[in-house]
Amino acid sequence: MSESQAARTPLLELRELSVSFGGLRVIDELDIQVAEHEIVSVIGPNGAGKTTLFNLITGVYRPDGGDILLDGQSLVGLAPHKITERGVARTFQTLRLFLNMTVKENVMAAQYVRTKATLIEQMLQLPRARREEREMNAFAEEKLGFFGERLMGYRWNQPAYSLSYANRRRLEIARATATRPRILLLDEPAAGMNPVETHEITELIGKLREEAGFTILLIEHDMHVVEGISDRVVALDHGVKIAEGTFEQVATDPRVVEAYLGASATVTK
Amino acid sequence: MSTDAPTPAPTPSDPGGGPQIGADEWVRRSGERTGGSKGVVGFLNRVADRTPHILLLLAFLGFACAIPFLTSNGYVIGVATDTMLYVLLAMGLNVAVGWAGMLDLGYVIFYGFAAYLFAELSSAHYGIHWATWQSVPFVIACTILLGFVLSLPSLRLSGDYFAIVMLFFLEIFNNFTANGYTWNWFGLGSPHDITGGPTGITNIDPWRFFGHALDPNNAQNYLWVASAGVFVIAILLAYVNKARTGRAWRALREDPLAANLMGMPVKWLGLLAIAVGAGVAGFAGTVNASYYQGVFPDAFTLQLLITIYAMVILGGAGSLGGVIFGAVAVNVMLEVLTTPNHARWVFYAAVLLGLVAKVRPWKVLAAVLGGLVAFGLIAHQVVEAVWARGVGGPIAMGPTSYTTHGFFATLIRQWMVLPKGTYENADYRIGNYAFVIVIAMVLTCTVLKGWKRYVLLVPTIWGAAFVWETDLVNQGPTTRYLLLGLLLIGLMATRPNGIFGQQRVEIV
Repeated sequence: MSESQAARTPLLELRELSVSFGGLRVIDELDIQVAEHEIVSVIGPNGAGKTTLFNLITGVYRPDGGDILLDGQSLVGLAPHKITERGVARTFQTLRLFLNMTVKENVMAAQYVRTKATLIEQMLQLPRARREEREMNAFAEEKLGFFGERLMGYRWNQPAYSLSYANRRRLEIARATATRPRILLLDEPAAGMNPVETHEITELIGKLREEAGFTILLIEHDMHVVEGISDRVVALDHGVKIAEGTFEQVATDPRVVEAYLGASATVTK
Repeated sequence: MSTDAPTPAPTPSDPGGGPQIGADEWVRRSGERTGGSKGVVGFLNRVADRTPHILLLLAFLGFACAIPFLTSNGYVIGVATDTMLYVLLAMGLNVAVGWAGMLDLGYVIFYGFAAYLFAELSSAHYGIHWATWQSVPFVIACTILLGFVLSLPSLRLSGDYFAIVMLFFLEIFNNFTANGYTWNWFGLGSPHDITGGPTGITNIDPWRFFGHALDPNNAQNYLWVASAGVFVIAILLAYVNKARTGRAWRALREDPLAANLMGMPVKWLGLLAIAVGAGVAGFAGTVNASYYQGVFPDAFTLQLLITIYAMVILGGAGSLGGVIFGAVAVNVMLEVLTTPNHARWVFYAAVLLGLVAKVRPWKVLAAVLGGLVAFGLIAHQVVEAVWARGVGGPIAMGPTSYTTHGFFATLIRQWMVLPKGTYENADYRIGNYAFVIVIAMVLTCTVLKGWKRYVLLVPTIWGAAFVWETDLVNQGPTTRYLLLGLLLIGLMATRPNGIFGQQRVEIV
C-alpha cells in the first residue's frame, strides 16, 4: 500500500520546514509527506512542536524557511482563510467552538468559504442567497448526521456551550468537515475522553477516511488511537523528525523511547 | 474480556419516561432552565419569542406613527422623532458592536459626517440644492465608504487598540467641524469655510418627495420618514443576521482565530460590519440634518456616543429587538428626567423598587421602610425645634418654579429637611457637602455586613434624598446622566447581557 502511494504526488508535502520563536528552533528542517487518502499520525513528547506544525500548515504562523505544498501548490504566505479555501481544515487541541452559537450554526458558519451570496443578496433575500441557505442547512444536517445520534435532533438548536466535552470534540470535527477540506488536521481528538469515547473516536477517524474520503494528519498522545488507525507514524522531538514508519517501527525505535523516557531509562514491561 | 465487566452503554437508551442516564437529559432541558421563565422580563421574552418578530416591529412602528394623531403636543412628537433617530443609531451600532464584536468608538463620526455632507449638498452654504432622491443615496454611499476607510486600522490593530484609534478619529472629526471655517488646506491654499465652524450650517433644505416638501416645523413628517427607515433597515439587518454574513460576524465575535481558520475572512468581515453600521448612521444623519434644519459641531460628540452605547448595552447588544427597546427606554427616560417633578417620581420609585427587589426577608424590608419614614419625620422635628429656617424651604417643581403646597410637596417637606433659600439663591453648598457624605456612607454600606448594613442604609437613603431635593433635582443635564449611569450599573449587576440580551458563556 505504501509503495503505491509513494509513487503518486503527495497531497500535502512539507519541505525542510523551519520556524523559530526568538532564538528557539521549534521546527527544524522538517520533511513530511502525506499521500491522498492516507492517515498519518504525528507523535512526540510535550513541546516537540506538533501543534506548531499545525499552526504553520494552517497559516497561523509563517515559516522561516522551507515550503508547504498542497497538491503541488505552495501555501506559505497565504492567509488562514485562503488556506482553508484551498482545502485544509483543522480542529484545536484546546477546543475553540463558537460557544454562544447553536450547534447547527457552528457548522453552517464554517461553510462561509463555500458560499457566494453578497451582502445585498442576503439583505434582499434574493434567490441565490435563499438557495445557498437551504443547501447550507441540508449540508450541516448531513455533517452532523455523520456522528450518529450524538449531534442530532434537539441538539441542533442548542448553544454549543451546552454540549458535553466529548460532543464538543465531535462538533469541532463536524465544523472542520463542513469547510469541505481535502485534508483534515486533527489536533488530539481523543484528549480528555474516556476509553469508550476514545474507541468511538478511533472508529470515527477511520470512517472519515473510508466513507467521507478525507486525508488525515493526526496529532495524538493516546497510543491506542495511533496504533488503531495510522498508516504511518512520524515522531517529533524538539522540532526534528526522529523516526518515521509503521506504528511498530516507530514505537520500538530507540530514539523515540529516549525522547519519551530519557536516555538512561530501561524499558520494562 | 470477562463477561461481568461493567460496560458503559454508548447507545441512546429507550424512549421511556423519566430522566435517562447518558441521554443528556440535563442538556436537553437547559433551555427550560435558562429561558428566563421568571418575572416580567421572562414573560416579555416568552411573548416576544412566540410572536412573529415582524408583527412586534409593525406594532411598535404603528404606535410610533400614530402618535401625531393621538396628541397635538409638538413636544411629544418631537421626542418621538428623536427616539426614532436613536433607534436607527442603536441598530447601526449593534451591527459592529453587538454582532461582529468590534469596539467601534468612532460611530458618531458617521452620523455627523452624513449630516454635514447632506447639509453641504442641500443648503445655501455652497449654493448646492440637490434633490432628496439624489442626495440621500449619495450621502449614504459616501458614509459607507468612510466606514471602510476609518476602519482600516483594524487590519493591524485589534480590540482596545482599535477602539482607541477610533476614539481619536472622533476627536479629529469634532475638531474639524468646530474649526473647519478657516480650513487652509494644510497651508497650501487660502482659508476656506467648509463646516461653518461653531455656528454650523443652517437653513438646510427639507426632504422633498415628488415636489412635496416635508416641513420640519411639523415634526411628524420626519417621525414618519425615520419610522419608515427603521422598518426597512430592521428587516434588511434581520435578514443579514440570519444569513451567512451574520453568522460569520457572530463567529468573529466568539473567536476571531477559529473563525479565520474555519475559512472566514475576519479582517474583511470587520470592515464590512463597521461600514454597514456607518450606512445606517448615514441615513439617520440625513434625516437629522433636515429635521433640525441645521448641523452643529457640538451635536456629534463623545456624549452622544456614550448615550448610544448605553442604549445598545441596556437593551442587550446583539439583539435587534433589544437595542430598539434600549433606544426607546433610554431616550424616553432622559426626556422624563429633564422635568424636575417627573425626575422626582423616577427617583423615589427607583429607590422603592430597589429596596423591594433587593432587601429580604420582608420583615427587614418593613423595618427599613418604617425606619426610613420615622428617620425623616424625626429629623424634620429636631431641625425645626433647633433651627426653624432649616425646614422653611420649598421644593422644586420646575426650573424656576417652587412650591410649598400640594399633596406630594407637603409630604416631602414633612419628611425632608429643606433649608430656606436653597434654590432661590442657587446656593448648593449644603447639597454638595451632603453629597460627599452620602457617597462615604454608601461605600461604608458596602463594607458592613448583616444588621449594621440595614441600620446604616436608612440614613444613607435619607441622605441621598436630601442631596436629591437640595441639589440634583434642579440640575437636569447632570442628573439624568447620573441616574442613567446608576441604572446601567444596577442592570449590569442583575442582567449582565442587557434586558433582552442572550445569556452568554465565555469559557466553560
